Amino acid sequence: MDFNDPMLALSSWIGQVSFLIGDFGLGLLWRFIHIVVTLCHIVSGIFEAVESYAISLGLIQKYSSIDIEKLKCLAVVVDIEAARDVSKVVELLQWLTTIGVKQVGLFDSQGLLKKSKDMILEMVPRSVLLQETGEKDTSGIALEFISSSDNKEAVVKAANILFQKYLKSRHPGKDEGENVFTETHLNEALRVVGESVHVPDLLLVYGPVRSHLGFPAWRLRYTEIVHMGSLKYMRYGSLLKAIHKFTGVRQNYGV
Amino acid sequence: MVDQIRHMCVGINQILEQIHGFSRRCLFRVISMGPLPIHLAFIMDGNRRYAKKQDLEDGSGHKAGFSALMSMLQYCYELGIKYVTVYAFSIDNFRRKPEEVRSLMDLMLEKIKSLLDKESIVHEYGIRVYFIGNLALLSDQVRAAAEEVMQATAENSRVGLLVCVAYNSTDEIVQAVKKSCVTKLDRDMETIQLVDIEENMQMSVAPDPDILIRSSGETRLSNFLLWQTGSSQLFSPDALWPEIGLRHLVWAILNFQKSHSYFEKKKKKQM
Repeated sequence: MDFNDPMLALSSWIGQVSFLIGDFGLGLLWRFIHIVVTLCHIVSGIFEAVESYAISLGLIQKYSSIDIEKLKCLAVVVDIEAARDVSKVVELLQWLTTIGVKQVGLFDSQGLLKKSKDMILEMVPRSVLLQETGEKDTSGIALEFISSSDNKEAVVKAANILFQKYLKSRHPGKDEGENVFTETHLNEALRVVGESVHVPDLLLVYGPVRSHLGFPAWRLRYTEIVHMGSLKYMRYGSLLKAIHKFTGVRQNYGV
Repeated sequence: MVDQIRHMCVGINQILEQIHGFSRRCLFRVISMGPLPIHLAFIMDGNRRYAKKQDLEDGSGHKAGFSALMSMLQYCYELGIKYVTVYAFSIDNFRRKPEEVRSLMDLMLEKIKSLLDKESIVHEYGIRVYFIGNLALLSDQVRAAAEEVMQATAENSRVGLLVCVAYNSTDEIVQAVKKSCVTKLDRDMETIQLVDIEENMQMSVAPDPDILIRSSGETRLSNFLLWQTGSSQLFSPDALWPEIGLRHLVWAILNFQKSHSYFEKKKKKQM
């Protein structure tokens, strides 16, 4: 019995050491795979940069004319860190004005761009605030400022409006009131609470990851979502390419 | 002589499958050294285009798509992903030609029933199956089969499969608002809060997806999980759904691992 205990302890120790070596080896392999992934991103990044410069210089024929009429409403989602650099946002808007985009929604989750609204409107030539009534100054660019409060919080406020309607529509002695729970009713309630975010055809994401980062869900049904990389290193050619690609998309809306 | 060659081919095939499975498990062991997504969602787009591309008869694309789905589920559960959600049929899809809708419903009924077989993937991985969507829009047969599967798998707790059928996000939001209002009325309480709507969303049985993959290269969500994907990383591989494979899944997960700290920081800021 005394002989067996040390043997058991030794075999358990050997097992733990081989486990650690095994885990260390696996960890190294994992890091190696990630180095390969990073290299792939670097190489594709170089190709994209070269293509983007070629597009900006007008060297690629197909991007020299874009049917901008197909893009009625563009939205730009900006990562929080990027939203602090208003000058880059202004530069992006100036590029969009040059391309001929008429309507842009600017979104960041914490509403930093909303707070800088006046500064942005001042710095972007011929820009106006997009009004709910849809009156647009056709010579310039109409801007809309959106944040997370226009997403789930707005739906909660709209839900309370429907709740009040539901309470009022219920008659004593009847089980069911009028059906106030349809998409049309919720749409109308969202308009009443001031969530009048225009439905974007195309959403450009400027950030480290392709994610809509909480853009108002109700407006995203059929929006094309494209990742543009970081705002700090944004490229005009990449912007043209994304918009051009959008104009070639054909949706069947599930049919 | 022909029999011998046939047996040899079958044997070689089996060996290749064993090697493939072993290599896959080794790869998964390495990938598991990093953070893994808890919930993965798929938009299974491109079945009809696949059938056209391969010159197959109508409906074969969806059958090929089902095989691709079974492979994907196997990979996900082997890797240790806890929840998988698939967009099987949208409310918009009811507007397709009646014969196509009928054929899809027949296929769905056949495949839902097969989930109850002893050899099915449900039993292999202990999957709890949920059918998410406006099930009242389905035929009685399909709805009954779906409810039977949900009941039969209700005790399973290892992993979850959420099948979105007769679903779209805006309908889910409206139904959640409706349920919240009716519940508040019953409890005589004054206002709806965000937590009421969130707990009445049909997708609340699982956490928000970490990754959403839409096949066939399309970059839109088509009214799928719009409420739940604010912190999800989106991927749009060019492969049509029946062509989707292990490499697409592995690429998405490796990229998820690269961005994991970004989303963790974002979640902490929101708390």
